[in-house]
Amino acid sequence: MTVALGAVSEPLLAIRDLAVTFRTEEGDTTPVRGVDLDVLEGRTTALVGESGSGKSVTSLAVMGLLPRPAGRIAAGSILFRTAAGQRLDLVGLPATEMRRLRGNAIAMIFQEPMTSLNPVLTVGEQIAEQVRLHMGLPRAAAFARAVEMLGFVEIPDARRRATDYPHQMSGGMRQRVMIALAMSCNPRLLIADEPTTALDVTIQAQILALIDRLRRDHGMSVLFITHNLGVVAEIADHVTVMYAGEVVESAPVRDLFHRPRHPYTNALIDCLPARAVRAPDGRKIVRSIPGTVASAFAAPGCKFAPRCVHAADGCATRHPDLGSGVEGHAIRCLRWRDL
Amino acid sequence: MTNDPLVRIRGLTKHFGKAPALVHAVESVDFSIARGEMLGLVGESGSGKSTIGRMILRALDVTAGEVVFDGTPIHAMSQRQLKPFRRRMQMVFQDPYASLNPRLRVRDIVGEALDAHGLARGAARTARITELLEIVGLQAEHADRFPHEFSGGQRQRIGIARALAVEPELIVADEPVSALDVSVQAQVLNLLQDLRARFGMAMLFISHDLDVIELMCDRIVVLYLGRVMEIGPTDAVCGDPRHPYTRALLETSPKPDPDARRTRNLLQGDIPSPVAPPSGCVFRTRCPQAISACAEAVPPLRRVGAGHAIACIRQESPRSEAFEGRAYPSSAGTDEGAD
Amino acid sequence: MHLSTSRAFLKRLFRRRLVLFAAIVLVVIVLAAIFAPLIAPYSPTSMRVTQRLRPPSAMNWLGTDEFGRDVLTRVMYGGRASLGIGMAVVFASMAAGTTLGLLSGYYRALDGIIMRFVDAMMSLPDILLAIFLLAVLGQSAANVVLALAIVYTPRVTRVVRGSTLVVRELPFVEAARTIGVSTRRILTVHILLNVASPIMVQATFIFAYAVLAEAGLSFLGTGAPPEVPTWGTMIASGQQYTDRAVWLVLFPGIAIVLSALCLQLLGDGLRDMLDPKLRKAL
Repeated sequence: MTVALGAVSEPLLAIRDLAVTFRTEEGDTTPVRGVDLDVLEGRTTALVGESGSGKSVTSLAVMGLLPRPAGRIAAGSILFRTAAGQRLDLVGLPATEMRRLRGNAIAMIFQEPMTSLNPVLTVGEQIAEQVRLHMGLPRAAAFARAVEMLGFVEIPDARRRATDYPHQMSGGMRQRVMIALAMSCNPRLLIADEPTTALDVTIQAQILALIDRLRRDHGMSVLFITHNLGVVAEIADHVTVMYAGEVVESAPVRDLFHRPRHPYTNALIDCLPARAVRAPDGRKIVRSIPGTVASAFAAPGCKFAPRCVHAADGCATRHPDLGSGVEGHAIRCLRWRDL
Repeated sequence: MTNDPLVRIRGLTKHFGKAPALVHAVESVDFSIARGEMLGLVGESGSGKSTIGRMILRALDVTAGEVVFDGTPIHAMSQRQLKPFRRRMQMVFQDPYASLNPRLRVRDIVGEALDAHGLARGAARTARITELLEIVGLQAEHADRFPHEFSGGQRQRIGIARALAVEPELIVADEPVSALDVSVQAQVLNLLQDLRARFGMAMLFISHDLDVIELMCDRIVVLYLGRVMEIGPTDAVCGDPRHPYTRALLETSPKPDPDARRTRNLLQGDIPSPVAPPSGCVFRTRCPQAISACAEAVPPLRRVGAGHAIACIRQESPRSEAFEGRAYPSSAGTDEGAD
Repeated sequence: MHLSTSRAFLKRLFRRRLVLFAAIVLVVIVLAAIFAPLIAPYSPTSMRVTQRLRPPSAMNWLGTDEFGRDVLTRVMYGGRASLGIGMAVVFASMAAGTTLGLLSGYYRALDGIIMRFVDAMMSLPDILLAIFLLAVLGQSAANVVLALAIVYTPRVTRVVRGSTLVVRELPFVEAARTIGVSTRRILTVHILLNVASPIMVQATFIFAYAVLAEAGLSFLGTGAPPEVPTWGTMIASGQQYTDRAVWLVLFPGIAIVLSALCLQLLGDGLRDMLDPKLRKAL
């Protein structure tokens, strides 16, 4: 069952100017301060960043799962287009309405399936519970749907495995169960937060292929969060790069890899082992980005300036806006035209 | 200066637990590490790579087989007899957060190695600690701080300084950069290469990331479920992989190139449990080229090129020739081991 | 966020005002006990037969007992004994329990023997065990300390063993072994330093239990001999006068309750502060 993708001008999910603050004992921190992100209908958008970039916090904010009372959305809007066509702002949505969306229209899968699945319930029961809640099906029908979902995610012998507990399954299987759980109510948006980071590379390939197939078959949109640029190149249609709480570049995937315009994106791609260069003595040298991200948060002006090899005088004082420099390609940099 | 290998392991085997839940972590592994060589151990979970590293260091006892360090068998020695050998081989750990005692200052962490072997006292000790910190790219004043005041990359440097303190001839690096951000990984990898160039120690580099291993290592051992699948010089193994598992690993590793996306031959199924490894060739349950003979006996390592050997009865042809599932005659003779 | 500065430590400990309050009250009690010889209005043993069983008044803030002795003074001196015994029990049980716990947690061979012993002792009610031990040892303040230390050591052993089992598996302990560090140093530096937090929490609780237990034992007549003025012996000798002079029982009782309560609140505060941090620090 493939859904024909028509020309949709409006994104399924549109985040504008999102800012999230956390209250801690040492004062308030703002791990996310300027995020603009679009997820297009039926496409995969990758959200890329290293630790401290704020990518996970952003996804939690979308799902309304920020740890309370410490975390809250300080500013911005998260516009979600419902099946009926109306635009809902998820910021400030009452909890009851958010619960109806969560697991239903918007689903999320996490990095570590062992802690995301309830260890005392069988996997079939967990999926059935979700189905009963959101689709109102009676017990037997819900369980049948659960078995059906396990089959969709290519778990062999689904009927028998539905009665297994999470600890009886391997990491790859558990992640498939998580996906089945997420897909059980036909979500329109799937948020995947580093779903393959803890998996072996051959299993990762299977899971990525599965997510992509489900996306195509169900016309679902995927927001894929990762730090692995290889994975991004494999599955993403569109990429948004975050650094120190801000979006610094956003572009279709081929544009981003062939012609990265932000110095951070450029440097990040160059850091990959696959891009190592040969030194005169024959050794292969990997390029790195000097310094750490910790210094970025306090920096006035451009957050990447302290580590940027192209930083000029104005960079440390003026904070650049996210401008759409080239068709479909947004950059947050004062000097990108010169580079 | 002798040409004998620094470390030689033969038939190295490790079992955990007891029947019926006996875990076959490592089975009959043979290889050697030459002086000053960087050897890579690559494999997914259950491959036994970390276990092998720990057995070489005698952090774990050996179930069967031998470990010979510089001509002396150490696999049966008591902890007291091993003490002088502990000076000659050291380890760098994966987790920068848990591998340093949070209650000790950096100077005590690094100095502990000096104290344990009586290498320096008083002013000489302080000077040596400063020297070690500077070698790894930190500063003298960092000696007074606690680990939590440093970033992940810096902590890893502290761990490396600790390993260097005794001037070891062998460093076992167990996934030393897997827990670090990509931009920081490069810094640590470059540091390890610099140290090797400067001090000439041998390194056993353990990782699941084939890209990193390809970058850093002179020779590679590919492991699956406790057994050696392929062994050889890096250029040979990565450029002309002969074992179906090595090929699968290379193909499924995500490449940061969106145009390289193609339908790959994904391995089906999960990695089998080491409690019940498949009979004969352990890879046969997922191998696209498996035939019934593969279940009958464990395939021995056979030479396919200079210093290059694989454990496969199908004897994969070189990449340049199209492979159509026919058995090719085995290449010249059979050798013990891969040297 | 770490315990490296004492200011940050105190700030986090006293995040709950109740804990701060408990600490202040405890400090007052302890200071009163320590400086009793200097600040007590009377001597604890001076008897004024004409002033027997007087209710609280301007002259005797907490009244007088059956021998005319000032109750306030005796409560303060009683604190020296009761709190002193408590402290001694804490030190003794910490020392023994930590040693046993470390050995039990680190060496599997010893674990079996030590833990069966611990289980056996913990299956007996504390007070009964203490009474039995005192019957064997004979009654004296020193023996109360010894008996209670024996009673509470298993508790400490269990806690330390549990933490040792966790810390033992951490990479930095493996790193120390790889370096060739002696086992003694591994136990005393690497493991001990990292199990110190739960030990501290246990110490405050045991202090509270010891004060209560001592009072109970003395009340039953099997604790410190009646000549030694502890809060418990005061209640024991004052209980026959409860119809006429309830203050003889009331004030030492309040002292016991307050001390135990404040210690437990302080212990709770310590545990709350250290618990999530324990996960972070490790």
